[in-house]
Amino acid sequence: MSGAWSRFAAPAIVGLVVLAAWEIAVRTGGVPPYILPGPLLIARTLVADWGTLAPALVATLRIAALALLAAVVVGVALAVLFTQSRWLERSLLPYAIVLQVTPIVSIAPLIIVWANDVTLSLLICAWIVAFFPILSNTMLGLNSVDHNLLGLFQLYGAGRWRTLLHLRLPAALPYFLGGLRISGGLALIGAVVAEFVAGAGGSGSGLAYRILEAGYQLKIPRMFAALVLISAAGIAIHLLLAALSHLLLRRWHDSEAGRAL
Amino acid sequence: MSEVRAAPAGAIALRGVDKTYANGTRAIDGVSLEIAAGSFVSVLGPSGCGKSTLLRMIAGLIVPTDGRIETGARGREIGFVFQEPTLLPWATAEANVALPLRLMGVDAADRRERARQMLARVGLEGFEGAWPRELSGGMKMRVSIARALVDRPRVLLLDEPFAALDEIARHRLNADLLDLWRETGVTVVFVTHSVFESAFLSQRIVVMSARPGRIVADLAVDTDQTRDEAFRTSPAYGATCRRVSDALREAMAA
Ligand SMILES: Nc1ncnc2c1ncn2[C@@H]1O[C@H](COP(=O)(O)OP(=O)(O)OP(=O)(O)O)[C@@H](O)[C@H]1O
Ligand SMILES: [Mg+2]
Repeated sequence: MSGAWSRFAAPAIVGLVVLAAWEIAVRTGGVPPYILPGPLLIARTLVADWGTLAPALVATLRIAALALLAAVVVGVALAVLFTQSRWLERSLLPYAIVLQVTPIVSIAPLIIVWANDVTLSLLICAWIVAFFPILSNTMLGLNSVDHNLLGLFQLYGAGRWRTLLHLRLPAALPYFLGGLRISGGLALIGAVVAEFVAGAGGSGSGLAYRILEAGYQLKIPRMFAALVLISAAGIAIHLLLAALSHLLLRRWHDSEAGRAL
Repeated sequence: MSEVRAAPAGAIALRGVDKTYANGTRAIDGVSLEIAAGSFVSVLGPSGCGKSTLLRMIAGLIVPTDGRIETGARGREIGFVFQEPTLLPWATAEANVALPLRLMGVDAADRRERARQMLARVGLEGFEGAWPRELSGGMKMRVSIARALVDRPRVLLLDEPFAALDEIARHRLNADLLDLWRETGVTVVFVTHSVFESAFLSQRIVVMSARPGRIVADLAVDTDQTRDEAFRTSPAYGATCRRVSDALREAMAA
């Protein structure tokens, strides 16, 4: 009872109070909608413009999801390779770090030129932003196996492959899921930022382009409506990944055990 | 030069074994020890004297810097119980016990059957599906012992297995360990820092000095008496405790 209250009712009330204050401030202060629209106007715009906003949301989510998937595949594969071979880790990890610390806005134009395909370049940008937390967290997990358990596997002659499968990978799962939660948000941010840089219009364009477009046309309420959608998508991704983590860990890992979803 | 060579099944022989770690720590200094197949030997010594090092060398997990170790058991014929239960947190009690069998490629049905039998044997019937985090410290230790014994090893190495348990649990596990030893005829090397525990369990007690670990006393214990709760108050037990304490005091002084 009190758990459900603090989880859902408390943030909902805070949100409602803030929205109400915003609406009142906008109305009593006479702030014009092209400076700051009130929440009611934004909601109405959201409904009215759903026809253009919904496909944009789908396009952005598609890029974010594909980028996250690629981040998982490449991040986990590299983490496994790096922990199996010191030599590979030493020669490749510095470049992964270089990718991670390079501001995406500064290389996005280059990627767009090189990739020569809007969707592909957006995907690459979002992937670059998203993959490092998965790589570094999974590496940390693969390496933090109890050394006595490693001794036990050695005693039973388990070999590299079975030690990886039965010991290192399961031990890395909580770390990987922690990285995945960070990367989920980053994939969305990466997709949006790349869209801004690309500024690509047309039928397949995403939310960022709709924001730019609304800005040029001074349709400020639509800008806000698109922003609301991006935030909602971020929250949805977070909740989805938190649920996945809970599902996989609740029975054995202290971070999730004994917690309700 | 070090090498590992076969001794008679279940027997262990160490000849002039030295161990210096890569950072220069001399952990073991010239240890020679013959352990007969099927015997129960305790290794006792102050903290940091190299007991774990010795056990890990016998198991073949680390190699001696010098000397020779002959173990009449290979890899999977050795059961190892660590100071902590060292279970897979993502596997049930049954799956943990079955782990050695699984890594050996035993089929699922057989694995399950043998793991269940072994769990029942250590008094954990009905806890097959429990996760490690749901078990008490003593129960986790029982799972760990069941795992070490599930493939009927010739040699069982225990590294202060009951150090973290309360006295009541420790006494019960001591008695159960003795039962298992008698039933299986396994060779037991039991590392402990408890004089009482070693005097209660062993046929023979090897006392080590502070680092670098050397053997300073090798005491035989009268084996005729049955080791039950009454034994804990017997004069023979008291006498053994005194002899071991004296030897340990000398070891610390040396
Ligand atoms: N991997 C290692 N590298 C370097 N030194 C080590 C290593 N493992 C142990 N030592 C050192 O070797 C010595 C013996 O260690 P060991 O763990 O064998 O002692 P122990 O008798 O088991 O102690 P305790 O009763 O506290 O468990 C200690 O001084 C320890 O610091
Ligand atoms: Mg130790």
